[in-house]
Amino acid sequence: MRTAVAPASDLIAAIGNTPMVELRRLAPHDGVRLYAKLEGNNPTGSVKDRVARAMIESAITDGSLVPGQTILEPSSGNTGISLAMIGSRLGHPVRIVMPDNTTPEREQILRLFGAEIVFSPGAEGSNGAIRLAQGLADADPSVFMPYQYGNQANPRVHFETTGPEILAQVPDVDVFVAGLGTGGTLTGVGQYLKCERPGVRIVAAEPLPGEVQGLRSLEDGFIPPVLDESVLDDKFLVNNRDAVIGLRRLLRDEGIFAGLSCGAAIAVAVRVAREMETGSVVVLLADGGWKYLSADLWSRDLDELEDELEGSLVW
Amino acid sequence: MTTIRIPPVLRENTGGSRTVEVTGSTVSKALDDLFGKHPALRDRVTEDGELSRFINVYVNDRDVRYRDGLETAVGADDTIILLPAMAGGSR
Repeated sequence: MRTAVAPASDLIAAIGNTPMVELRRLAPHDGVRLYAKLEGNNPTGSVKDRVARAMIESAITDGSLVPGQTILEPSSGNTGISLAMIGSRLGHPVRIVMPDNTTPEREQILRLFGAEIVFSPGAEGSNGAIRLAQGLADADPSVFMPYQYGNQANPRVHFETTGPEILAQVPDVDVFVAGLGTGGTLTGVGQYLKCERPGVRIVAAEPLPGEVQGLRSLEDGFIPPVLDESVLDDKFLVNNRDAVIGLRRLLRDEGIFAGLSCGAAIAVAVRVAREMETGSVVVLLADGGWKYLSADLWSRDLDELEDELEGSLVW
Repeated sequence: MTTIRIPPVLRENTGGSRTVEVTGSTVSKALDDLFGKHPALRDRVTEDGELSRFINVYVNDRDVRYRDGLETAVGADDTIILLPAMAGGSR
């Protein structure tokens, strides 16, 4: 059993310090050790608890968020749920702009925490939710938008907490792999590890989008301001099929029930590990599988699932 | 022949085609062949001879920016994927 830690003063204070586990069956050969950082063990079940807490605390400190003020944020799920929990603890109404084609669990959980949901057109993807939220924030100056894509508290919390935890848990880490969303995890952990352990490689797993890409023009494309591309050493695209296969191997071989982006991250981690002779690979698994249960990613026919994922936003 | 996959947002420049077959031993040469067939794509994919920052180019599943860039080698069995930079993943 893990060592007990002192009680947290509140659920918000229980964020972070997540477990690291060795993946002995998924490691491709004896020379390489593969480890997973289980961010699904955070209070609302994802790495975004760290980011939401950091953004809210920094906004309270600098006065940009005042007592009772409404928090508005575009999110396809995890960040919204984290903000909803934290907002409910601290007395801030929370309004989340979310594409209308995600899994129903996200809406259910957001409502449990008392958040209001504004749906954006699913065909416009995450970019559409961002555009709509920015429009709402411009029209209503009374709301506070943390804006995870551009908020430096996002990479900073990974520099200050996730990175040091990883180095303490796996001091000989040679490669760090994580999914690329806002870029906050890769940037913050990457910058920290590169300071402390020169030569470490930072590798991104990027979802291959389906035909529904939601871009009206190329210039609508989006490089998140928090992403420091110079910290990346490699980047791999992962299609839905390979992500689902990775997700199923995590469950079958290691007993880890994780979200779809974790399937993509493990696929890349195993691939990178296979190409190494010796060393240690750490992969960050961003969330648990709970919010994806209705999509039945674990048992349905892969071809059927692939067609369905092509047109929706399960990630 | 190497296959280049064209994202939806650029298909107005390929007459609607999702893929284009090209020849060339590097990404640069393959793209030149593509631009020869669909000239309007050149200014959308490149800026002053460099890749536009709004476009990511992959050989199979690997981003060429972290390999040899436009000089990354491609073979006849490889697929080049052009993708707009966009918000992805579960956030």
